[in-house]
Amino acid sequence: MELVVAIGIGVLAGSGVWLLLRPRTFQVIIGLSLISYAVNLFIFGMGRLRTGVPPIIEPGTVGNIALHDDPLPQALVLTAIVIAFATTALFLVVLLAARGLTGTDHVDGRERDQT
Amino acid sequence: MMSDESLLALVLALPFAGSLVVGFLPSNRHNLEAWLAGAIALAGLAIALALYPAVADGKAIRVAVEWLPTLGLDFTLRMDGFAWLFTVLVTGIGLLVVLYARYYMSPDDPVARFFAFLLGFMGAMLGIVLSGNLIQLVFFWELTSLSSFLLIGYWHHTAKARDGARMALTVTASGGLCLFVGVVIVGHIVGSYDLDRVLESGAAIRSHALYVPALVLILLGALTKSAQFPFHFWLPQAMAAPTPVSAYLHSATMVKAGVFLMVRLWPALGYTEAWFWIVGTAGLCTFVLGAYLAMFQQDLKGLLAYSTISHLGLITLLIGLDSPTGIVAAIFHMMNHATFKASLFMAAGIIDHETGTRDIRRLSGLLRLMPVTAGLAILAAASMAGVPLLNGFLSKEMFFAEAVAHHSSSAFDRVLPYLAALAAMFSVTYSLRFIHGAFFGPPPADLPRQPPPLPSWMAAPVALLVSACVLVGMFPAVTAGPFLDSAARGVLGAHIPTYSLAVWHGFNVPLLMSVVAMAGGALLYLALQRYLSSGIEGSPLLRRLDSQRIFDRIMIALTLRAGRIGLETAGTRRLQPQLRLILGVACAAALWPLLQLGMAAGPLAPSALDPALTLVWVVGAACAIAAAYQAKYHRFAALILTGGAGLVVCVTFAWLSAPDLALTQLLVEIVTTVLLLLGLRWLPKREEMVEADRHRTPRVLLRRAADLAIATVVGIGVAAIAYAVMTRPAPDSRASFFVERAYTEGGGTNVVNVILVDFRGFDTLGEIAVLGVVALTVYALLRRFRPAPDSIVSPEQQVRQNARAAAAGPRQPADALADSLLVPALVMRLLFPVIGMVAVYLFLRGHDLPGGGFVAGLTMSVAFILQYMAGGTRWVEARLIILPVRWIGVGLLLAALTGLGAWAFGYPFLTSHASHPTLPVVGKVPLASAILFDLGVFVLVVGATVLILIALAHQSIRTHRPTKPEPAPDHA
Repeated sequence: MELVVAIGIGVLAGSGVWLLLRPRTFQVIIGLSLISYAVNLFIFGMGRLRTGVPPIIEPGTVGNIALHDDPLPQALVLTAIVIAFATTALFLVVLLAARGLTGTDHVDGRERDQT
Repeated sequence: MMSDESLLALVLALPFAGSLVVGFLPSNRHNLEAWLAGAIALAGLAIALALYPAVADGKAIRVAVEWLPTLGLDFTLRMDGFAWLFTVLVTGIGLLVVLYARYYMSPDDPVARFFAFLLGFMGAMLGIVLSGNLIQLVFFWELTSLSSFLLIGYWHHTAKARDGARMALTVTASGGLCLFVGVVIVGHIVGSYDLDRVLESGAAIRSHALYVPALVLILLGALTKSAQFPFHFWLPQAMAAPTPVSAYLHSATMVKAGVFLMVRLWPALGYTEAWFWIVGTAGLCTFVLGAYLAMFQQDLKGLLAYSTISHLGLITLLIGLDSPTGIVAAIFHMMNHATFKASLFMAAGIIDHETGTRDIRRLSGLLRLMPVTAGLAILAAASMAGVPLLNGFLSKEMFFAEAVAHHSSSAFDRVLPYLAALAAMFSVTYSLRFIHGAFFGPPPADLPRQPPPLPSWMAAPVALLVSACVLVGMFPAVTAGPFLDSAARGVLGAHIPTYSLAVWHGFNVPLLMSVVAMAGGALLYLALQRYLSSGIEGSPLLRRLDSQRIFDRIMIALTLRAGRIGLETAGTRRLQPQLRLILGVACAAALWPLLQLGMAAGPLAPSALDPALTLVWVVGAACAIAAAYQAKYHRFAALILTGGAGLVVCVTFAWLSAPDLALTQLLVEIVTTVLLLLGLRWLPKREEMVEADRHRTPRVLLRRAADLAIATVVGIGVAAIAYAVMTRPAPDSRASFFVERAYTEGGGTNVVNVILVDFRGFDTLGEIAVLGVVALTVYALLRRFRPAPDSIVSPEQQVRQNARAAAAGPRQPADALADSLLVPALVMRLLFPVIGMVAVYLFLRGHDLPGGGFVAGLTMSVAFILQYMAGGTRWVEARLIILPVRWIGVGLLLAALTGLGAWAFGYPFLTSHASHPTLPVVGKVPLASAILFDLGVFVLVVGATVLILIALAHQSIRTHRPTKPEPAPDHA
């Protein structure tokens, strides 16, 4: 299971980095989404992978960490997901405004001179 | 009555507070601002005078506030006799400068800014002299560089002021950076930045291997600030400042900071060969060179500028001679120079103010036109020349005595008395030139304007300073003696050398040198008459060696040439090379430790391979790669494929015990997809680009291959690191803390939610604030949105649909939409209350089961978006009043107020309270104050998400108007 998730993270990160280096803004925004998936999964993986042990404890008890998955990376990732949404929205609007101003969707705000 | 300590803090705080207040006053209230600034300087002076008993006889006042004690960073104020002397000079001359500036500044100048900068500068200067911590001293040091930059560039409409200010800042601030590094090294040697500790550790510092680098760096700071050769060139350029600024900066403050620092640190750094040679040589060169150049200036202020350089060289030379008597003489000359130089600058300013010029070639015979100014200036210039019965004579005698004394048996020692006498001769010459050129001779012929009557108070500061010169010159032991003594004790401790403050010491070598200098200077002035009256700018011999031009050359080479090379390699004009650079550095940083330490899978056996999860991830990986491949030409497909990858991530979260994450991921996925779909419409069509892209040059292929390699390395690297970590046992993290206390202290069973709204509530507050800010930014950006020309026309599908609608009969275009989405629209409308209910349910159970404010807020916003999709923007907004900006405000306020509520009960910000009261019928309900906080999160998330989405959706309606006169199609 660890191997599958690790390879999944790698594929997401690799695809995201490839897109990040592309010249069109839409490619970059998709790339950032893929990278944020990879990063979120990576952080989540720091709490180790276990099935069927959600961090929800019995009412009225003192929880035991052995019986539950690590809640800390989960809390971090939850925050990260929401912030990733906010940055995607901001980036989208910036790219639209930049396209409106410059007339191109190249990341440099102008088409490359050669080719 | 306030204690000495609080009075000391007040001295430093007053100018800064005053600067703030004055800065916000209207700029035409000349009197008010001058009065305020004067009152602050006067208060500082009065407090300083009242503190004298506490610093006399080698005592000191200390105020220390711990800030980051583990790093040695404390806020320490420390006033001994030496710091006291400077405090009095800074505030006292500051007061006179303010009074003078009140009359000097023209009614058209924005004086609020002037006095605000001046007070800020005064505060920074006081900060230097009163600092008891070296890092703090450097901070105020840089603050003086910054505020002097603002003061010198006050008349920023002239190029000279801008250039002068920039040069002063470049030289003194880079010196300040060197000083900072030097101070850090000294702190490293001593183990503390505390000034007292450093001064006690002189022996340890001098014997340390890093002594010479530290000394050189610190001296670079001090010598640049005090305009010592070869860094002297910034000072004459700084004369573009208003004259009150020059009078202040170049007499008692700015340039004195350098010599102040050298005297201050002499007990710790001095007494070495390195000190003697560096400081002594710099001082001697500056002393002679400055005096030589001053003789040939045609501008009164230029003459004073070079004479300031020369006098600072004299002080530096005295410090460099490495003897206690030299230090005492240096301190005494700092006092004397401050008084006569400030008054001379003011006199030059009066001449400029009255006649409209400062050019010695045009000025002449002003004695009859302005007798008071002339009399005062003559006395001050005589003091500068070292005429007996004036204070300049006394310190110059002490200097001569020091110059002839034995220091080391080197050539330096043998030539010193002759060079000292020579420079003193030059100083007599330029003083004579100042007086004779301006005040004597025939009546002035070509003045720009005839002198109007002098404002009576304008000469008062000059008169005060000159009377100080005379009093100290005639009765030194009574007037200056005690203060000089306590200042010397502050630096040297109890072992102060014997020195005598008397006007007459009998016939001795120093007196002979004085006489020689006077006579020689007068003869030299006569001899130079012809050269000077020829009107040539600059001095013979050294005219070609213009250090200002050298500086300009270096700056151009550094900024323009190097800048161009830098721009080409790492410039911001092109994003892709920068990103490659960043990724390359990140990869290298990650690989470095791996190469050093090696990497292997951990000891844990990986858990069994689940075929279902494997299959899910085969799909996920395929989606990611396909999205990467398609994103250029098939944006829609790429978007759907990204969504597929997102769903796989979501399933993984659900699979691996993270229900909260799965829920949030799912909803964010929905909202993000809708958002990007709305954005797609404004991106350019790709058909023509596909054709252009067929011609792939080798360069493009090479670039792609490189990118593919980077992407592969990152992918494999991240996967390997993730695998290596996940197969190792988890370290003992903070997790057990949260799991154990979630219910007993947080009152909830969903640990993730309890962390978010309770344990780490402050982080969440920050996060929702970010979300709100982003939403408002998006809204603001879109208000001024102008689409690219080729995106203004309606999309093809919309045009076709409207055409079909028009053909079918006399109907509104919106009806076509309603027809095509009839059933889905009905379902979406009916779903609104259902989804709303689900949102409330998710919210309420959030503390105990997966859910919570974020998830519920996103759900609720999905309900709103569905309405926009079903009915169109106009239809929704005719029926629902949605004020997302208000939702954002209310949400943020609610969260913050809940946090503040804890204060009312005496707990820290955002402490949560939990209880489980039993309600009739409903039964036992969990109730924590955190639920109010979570409600704030919920409300804000709804507001922010809806605001972003509808701001984008609104563009479809708005931007159609200019091109189409008929009602725009209703399309969200």
